Amino acid sequence: MGMTIAEKILAAKSGSKVVVPGDVVTVDVDTVILFDNNFMPNNWRDILQVADPSKIVVTFDHRVPAPTQQAAAAQVTGRAFVKKFGIKRFHDVGHNQGISHQLVADYGYALPGSVLLCSDSHTCSAGVFNCLARGVGGPDIIYAAIKGQTWFRCGETVRYELHGKLPEAVTAKDAFLQIAGVHGAHATMNVEYGGPGVAGLSVNARKTIAAMSAELSAEFATFEADAALTEWISARNPAPFVPVRPDADAKYLAVRNIDLSALEPLVALPDSVVNNSQPVAKTAGTRIDQAYIGSCANGTQDDIELAARVVRGRRIAPGVRFIVVPASQTVYRDVVASGAVQTLIEAGAMIAPPTCGACGGGHMGVLGPNEVCLTSSTRNFKGRMGDPSSQVYMASPATVAASALTGVITDPREFLQ
Amino acid sequence: MTDMKKAPMRFKARVWIVGDNINTDLILPNKAFYLTHEEQAMYVFSANRPGWAEQVKKGDILIGGNNFGMGSSRAAARSLKNLGLACLIAESLNGLFMRNCVNFAFPALECPGVHAAFSESEEADVEFETAGVRNITRGTALQGKPLPAPLMALVQAGGVYQLLEKEGLIAPKSAAV
Ligand code: SF4
Repeated sequence: MGMTIAEKILAAKSGSKVVVPGDVVTVDVDTVILFDNNFMPNNWRDILQVADPSKIVVTFDHRVPAPTQQAAAAQVTGRAFVKKFGIKRFHDVGHNQGISHQLVADYGYALPGSVLLCSDSHTCSAGVFNCLARGVGGPDIIYAAIKGQTWFRCGETVRYELHGKLPEAVTAKDAFLQIAGVHGAHATMNVEYGGPGVAGLSVNARKTIAAMSAELSAEFATFEADAALTEWISARNPAPFVPVRPDADAKYLAVRNIDLSALEPLVALPDSVVNNSQPVAKTAGTRIDQAYIGSCANGTQDDIELAARVVRGRRIAPGVRFIVVPASQTVYRDVVASGAVQTLIEAGAMIAPPTCGACGGGHMGVLGPNEVCLTSSTRNFKGRMGDPSSQVYMASPATVAASALTGVITDPREFLQ
Repeated sequence: MTDMKKAPMRFKARVWIVGDNINTDLILPNKAFYLTHEEQAMYVFSANRPGWAEQVKKGDILIGGNNFGMGSSRAAARSLKNLGLACLIAESLNGLFMRNCVNFAFPALECPGVHAAFSESEEADVEFETAGVRNITRGTALQGKPLPAPLMALVQAGGVYQLLEKEGLIAPKSAAV
């Protein structure tokens, strides 16, 4: 019987011939990522043995550099854990640090066909690398680090066939907001992305869609592999891998076509991205206090250079805080080298060190009462980025940068002709 | 993952009702992140239902709508448990949230139709293992979806940490937290 990408990997990793929706399977885990929140004093349980230290990655990302004593204590605990088990892939504050999901891209940690776990819900970001990556609970991570295994419940799969090419100033974020706006939640389902339109998207752009799929409540989000993807991985990780294609007779709950060339810039209204997107024209003119570019979804070199193109030679509006956060030190170095950082700070942006920062309401741009933020980060739940009365709109980095210039939500196309 | 046998879990209590798409940031908001588990529990729904946490009595039952617990991997299920709720019955549970219910041994069930079958303050009678749900006040009954056997075993074992502790794979919980 034909299987989808997710079903094929679940079968291979659980030693089953076939896996069908509804099955609960125990699988071997290839990569377990721990980050600072795991080590927080009120979360951490002291691990006495691990299955294989070479399968573990540790980074500090949610609160970096430590803004509080508890965050600092978590890092102390994390460093002791790394030392105790001799973990080599450790991304301490400094040269190699970054948001976990960006590090997976920077260092090629996710190989096609593999299983990757992290207790951050946007771990599906790594699904761009044709693997099964899932955000799980903190206890699941401790279990997987110790036993080398975890369990998954297989859901049905919805496939998105991408066609055409995005118009100028329209981005993968807009493509995602289109999918979320029209098709809503995908709870208990896997999403699979493929089709001829994938080739026209950079790996970074695809990663935006994969990461954002957490907002669909999808179980797994997985892209098909192509030459651009396999070259990306091979340039960063010498380990061999075999891409996983869906069977020709794979059974999908639905197959939906998305014409990228027909899309326009979209904005998600506050509190959810599910069935909550509008063309930018409809929200245009909404006053903002803060414009935020960053996160595991939109803190890449592509995103920051796009924002720089929008603001080049201009100044951001008085009264707007424009915060730009490269997702990793690697990205940071690249956007300094390309001149994007210079352009952005001349326009009046503040560049924060690589961290989740205000995306999770942790630090570096937390919102006050009744403030309005336009963000290109991942999640706009009530109170997500600060005070429960604050409002978080979501859009592409281009739309966020254009809006920082005007102080109100603005169509980026007028700045990118 | 374990073959421990425990007495059946059965809960009879008044119900509280919330709607669809209740997210983890509403259950465990960021500002409670650094607090103790007990303090965190008092922040449940503080953004959308201020004052509610104080009204919950030990053993009460929470009824939710679709995709309950959407959002992050934070230990939101632990807060519902620490608040004293006996169990959660929802139209559907978010997959990641369901994992954390199992991880922290908080009994949670999917039961299509449950949201319409109850009004707030009515009494429910829940048999967790069989997923039988009755509305005592109305005298009506519904059949939910029992947890798959390996996950049920994990809940009955007291969750992941109890299991790992018993196997000597993590240190006993320190008194500090
Ligand atoms: S950037 Fe935001 S969504 Fe991404 S890992 Fe950090 S907190 Fe989670």
